[in-house]
Amino acid sequence: MNKTELVIFVKSLSQECEVKEGRQFAEATVPASSLHSLAVQLREKEVCSFDFLVSITGVDYGQDLGAVYHLRSTKHGHMMVLKVRTNDRENPHFDSVTDIWKSADFLEREVYDLLGIKFTNHPDLRRLFLDNSWGFPLRKDYVDDINIVTK
Amino acid sequence: MNEGKVFSLYDFTALTKWIDTGLHHAMSPFWAVITELLIIGVLILIFYALIGLFLVYAERKVCAFMQNRLGPNRVGPFGLFQTIADLLKLLFVELVPIKNADKFLFNLAPFIVIIASFMAIAAIPFAKGLHAIDLNIGVFYVMAVSAMGVIGILLAGWSSNNKYSLIGAMRSGAQIVSYELSVGLALITVVILAGSMQLSVIVEAQRDGWFIFKGHIPAFIAFILFLISSTAETNRGPFDLAEAESELTAGYHTEYSGIKFAFFFLAEFMNMFIVASIAATVFLGGWMPLHFGAWAAGFNHVMDFIPPFIWYIVKTFFVIWLMMWFKWTFPRLRIDQLLTLEWKYLLPFNLVNVLVMAFIVLMGWHF
Amino acid sequence: MEEEVKQTGINEQEEYIINMGPQHPSTHGVLRLVLSLKGEVVKNVEPHLGYIHRGIEKMCESITYQQIIHLTDRMDYLSAHINNEAVCLNVEKALEVEIPDRIKIIRTIMSELTRIQSHQLFWASFGMDLGGLTCFFYGLRDREKVLDIFEETCGSRMIVSYNCPGGLMYDIHPNFQKRVKEFLKYFRKKLPEYDQLLTGNVIFRERTVGIGKLSLEDAISYGVTGPSGRASGFSCDVRKHEPYSAYDRVRFNEILFTEGDTFHRYFARIQEMKESMNIIDQLIDNIPEGPYAVKMKPVIKLPEGEYFQRVETARGELGVYIISDGNKNPVRVKFRSPNFVNLGVLNHIARDFKIADLVAIGGSLDMIIPDIDR
Repeated sequence: MNKTELVIFVKSLSQECEVKEGRQFAEATVPASSLHSLAVQLREKEVCSFDFLVSITGVDYGQDLGAVYHLRSTKHGHMMVLKVRTNDRENPHFDSVTDIWKSADFLEREVYDLLGIKFTNHPDLRRLFLDNSWGFPLRKDYVDDINIVTK
Repeated sequence: MNEGKVFSLYDFTALTKWIDTGLHHAMSPFWAVITELLIIGVLILIFYALIGLFLVYAERKVCAFMQNRLGPNRVGPFGLFQTIADLLKLLFVELVPIKNADKFLFNLAPFIVIIASFMAIAAIPFAKGLHAIDLNIGVFYVMAVSAMGVIGILLAGWSSNNKYSLIGAMRSGAQIVSYELSVGLALITVVILAGSMQLSVIVEAQRDGWFIFKGHIPAFIAFILFLISSTAETNRGPFDLAEAESELTAGYHTEYSGIKFAFFFLAEFMNMFIVASIAATVFLGGWMPLHFGAWAAGFNHVMDFIPPFIWYIVKTFFVIWLMMWFKWTFPRLRIDQLLTLEWKYLLPFNLVNVLVMAFIVLMGWHF
Repeated sequence: MEEEVKQTGINEQEEYIINMGPQHPSTHGVLRLVLSLKGEVVKNVEPHLGYIHRGIEKMCESITYQQIIHLTDRMDYLSAHINNEAVCLNVEKALEVEIPDRIKIIRTIMSELTRIQSHQLFWASFGMDLGGLTCFFYGLRDREKVLDIFEETCGSRMIVSYNCPGGLMYDIHPNFQKRVKEFLKYFRKKLPEYDQLLTGNVIFRERTVGIGKLSLEDAISYGVTGPSGRASGFSCDVRKHEPYSAYDRVRFNEILFTEGDTFHRYFARIQEMKESMNIIDQLIDNIPEGPYAVKMKPVIKLPEGEYFQRVETARGELGVYIISDGNKNPVRVKFRSPNFVNLGVLNHIARDFKIADLVAIGGSLDMIIPDIDR
């Protein structure tokens, strides 16, 4: 499927998400509550069968925190982007997709480690690179007077 | 025949007899024996140290040439003094004390390993009349004594309080206990042929041809089996699981430093030397020159002019070179493959081989 | 630490916990694997990362796009050139700059040379992991030849930083074509030695065939890319599926196996070296004349938006995801590094094998730790 077809298809899967045609890929923004159910459908549905989770990127948009999922289908060769956002900076949490794509295990742990986004139902959500005394360095409000030089 | 004459030229029996009687004249029998033991001890120590140093150098050179390198070439001509420099460094390195280690066993282990290898040298005949002790069960003695080293390895692994060491030691224990059988059976094949366990008799029996040629195919098979299993017994080559560098960092001697590590290191090389000299003595005629039957008397006579000690050293180093060759060519086996190789292949093969050899000797088919 | 162990429940009775690393000969860097053993059998592998985490993604947020390229060298230092290329392609795509053929072809040749030298080092260190020390020197001997070519053209041997947005840092050295052809001739002769020393060896086969099997479904689900994934039959070669630079004008085969064991992960790399040589063969005589770089503005500002570019490094698929707000610094840069994702599969395939097999499996995934930690 090409971009336009994907946009129409994803729209038909879920009413809640807003889908638009991005520069490169079809981009779907879903509310955190329906992330998991949409992901399952994207994985299972024969026409799209996104079986390869390329990456999960945690993003700090300033106000919001978000995660960006790049999906790829090894069968059809198309890609799409799934985005989810929350404005809860104290206790942000999304549903884990480890039960759908196993590679999400490490990718989600990395996002948790660097941005503090929790993934519910993740089997082993611990910090990956840093120890527990660190803050979440990829957040924009992270302060480190010694190591980060501000101009 | 003048063959006997040439032999007497290189015969050390008269020399050792002369020293023995001289000492007995000069002092009481008790002190004479003590003095003899001291002389032998000092001589063997010097020999041991020299051979050890040279083997380390030889290994580094051989492995360097197999790997497209030059090897040590800075200290002294051709890097000959490199090992001496290394030894001096090892002598001055700090002995790191290990927390929670069993101090007594930890310090004892390297000595057991090195004493085991040291004792085995006593029975090896370097030339006619040149061995410390000519036991009538020489083969048995060397095997029994050199197998003691595994106790040192087990102690080292246990007392270091290190998990890698313990795994290494356990591997080594399983490995040596298994391969001891094959080593023994391979030697028994030749003992059947020679009809004696006394090493001097075995060498003397090869006057008209080495056993590897005389014993038909079974002797040759026994030689190959001995090479494989003795390499495994000395923890070398593709069988160096006990210290498997890429898996267990350094196995049983991970925690050792300085001169204690040097002891393990030296013992490994000396064990290699001992099994190589056993192989040379038992299969390749020891100090006996290359002889064929009476039909090649002229050739035999020429060979006699080369001193027996040279023959012995050349043969031993040939076997050592073989062992180095496959150490630097093959990747390492896994522990279960190692034990499978012994119990499923080498041991049954060896048993059949012993039977065949016994049959050949019984029928008188050997030369 | 105490808490950590309890949490994961690996500290059960009769299990023997071993810390493999951070300093260990066969983890290829500062990777720490906590193994729980039962005898020699590995029951659980738990990677502990972060010993060389430098926060490259955070650093990227405060520097310009030209500077980012020099940081990417330090991730997968054996695929330095390909990492550079990924960022450059992404920036060029965002700015919609048309890149001349000369640059594309030189980039492709350099990428393939990088791939060859990376696989040579893989071969060398894989042999060493299995206890065959001689391989290491054979591998490094041939790798030096590639590094010499790099040194002549890029001025640097390993961390080349040869790309910049819009082209290349400098033109190729006049000797470049001659040297590359000499190398290809030399290496075609030397490659059979690799097979003689390892591939055909009985012990090597025993150690690798059937060890650490990874099925196609798991390879896709765990996202194992690169030669490791292709050994399981996962057709994931970005060069084939989404050709970049000059890959659309060369003929080459994607090396695919179905077995997915350690041996085929190894063998796929050996075969890839041959394919890489074929690719260079097709391009080396066809470098057109022209400028080596397109004139770019000294300060690059990407238009607001999101850009994602995938390239095939020697270890798998590298994704570069840039979010820009129109300033000279990006808002967020994410590197989807192949090693990090490939590491996730280690516990799955190494479980219930022996320690020695774990070393072999880890070696066959060809891990580069700075790429995992970033």
